[in-house]
Amino acid sequence: MNHLRLIAIALLLLAALRLRSQDSRSSTPAPDGDRSHKTIQPGESHQSDGERKFAHHCGRCHNSPEGFSPHISGTIVRHMRVRASLSKQDEQDILRFLNP
Amino acid sequence: MKIRDTFRRSVIVLVAVLWVTVQSQAQDTPLISGGIGFLTATKGGNTSYFPTAQPLIAFPLGSNLLVEGRAALLEDFSPEGNGQADYSHFHYVALSYLQLDYIATAHATVVGGEFLTPFGTYNERLTPIWISNFEDAPLILSLGNGTGSSVGGMVRGSALSNSRYSIDYAAYYSAASSNQNFSSHNGWGGRASVYLPAKRLEVGTSYTRATEDKHVNDFGLHVWWEPSNSPFKLRSEFAHGAHAQGYWLESDYRLSRFGGDTTLLGRLEPVFRWQQTFRSSPSSQDGLPSANTQRADFGMDYHLPHELRINTSYSRQLSSSGNSNIWETGIIYRFLTPTWRGK
Repeated sequence: MNHLRLIAIALLLLAALRLRSQDSRSSTPAPDGDRSHKTIQPGESHQSDGERKFAHHCGRCHNSPEGFSPHISGTIVRHMRVRASLSKQDEQDILRFLNP
Repeated sequence: MKIRDTFRRSVIVLVAVLWVTVQSQAQDTPLISGGIGFLTATKGGNTSYFPTAQPLIAFPLGSNLLVEGRAALLEDFSPEGNGQADYSHFHYVALSYLQLDYIATAHATVVGGEFLTPFGTYNERLTPIWISNFEDAPLILSLGNGTGSSVGGMVRGSALSNSRYSIDYAAYYSAASSNQNFSSHNGWGGRASVYLPAKRLEVGTSYTRATEDKHVNDFGLHVWWEPSNSPFKLRSEFAHGAHAQGYWLESDYRLSRFGGDTTLLGRLEPVFRWQQTFRSSPSSQDGLPSANTQRADFGMDYHLPHELRINTSYSRQLSSSGNSNIWETGIIYRFLTPTWRGK
């Protein structure tokens, strides 16, 4: 069982290093469009503060929703402020990104 | 007379809530979110079926208050066993949490009510069915978390946040409650984490002291690494209790680099989790297996359009009390909608 454990951990680390080196060479930009209906891509470049913070704080746990009404963007961010312990500045930046 | 007073108070509360809601901004409309799923689990040739729903409501009041809660509704259809073809059935309905949040300062939010215990990461972040990669929670989940929720008060927030690092914290006190809907144990504890945005690395520690019967300490450590420019994620937790300890380590990689995350292949997400628990002394209270256990979970999740997801997994659990194979599948729909049309 110890061998199985060691092999599993070694494979995991090797895969992580391999994928990391591949992905740093090939990041894919996300399509433009309505931000409140946009799925955030991990490889996006030229991100705004809000977009980057959304990926860091919200995307750390879950995929972004495919879309939602702008009427609830403030409620979502307030919920995330508590759930993800966002600072006030982070909350404002993410809200600006979701509902410019 | 008593009924009239109760009615009057209810009307006053209702009017106050409606007034505050009307005053709120257009983007602060209350929302309903959550997930609906149909899950199956096959163990030892017997398949059980679990239709389930986890609705969540978030209701802002004014500019600093938020009422939020999540419920779990589950139907369980399991084989009777003993060679019988019949299925037994039971249902389960419970509140996961129901809390009032008061955003007191830029760095502190005060929470009251029943809240998810802030120990480790899984309980607060990954328990919703529309987030978790596997149907089963890690074996060590109950260490430090107990039943998963606490009834009392909590202060939490971001202590410090800049472009190089951020530090967040949560500290809570829980009263003992035997109420059917709000059960909890007496104790206190907290969690602190450091997050490095450039490395996308989070390291944190948790502590819980149960003070109900015997005074027992649980300690936890978590490390998450989600490298930038990659859909790779590595999450891990270690927890140590009075009678047992253990860890889990989970990695997943969404194949979105094959043409984006909406292609046939890009919707696929292989997942792997490795777990171990170690029993140092017998306990029927901590919720961990009675003997040392190793478990490997191999999962394959598929993200369909329209917030639908199919989760499949095979798990091999090895223990001196018996080995087992567990096959699980599930289809999950995530929803997120305003409670009513905003202004």
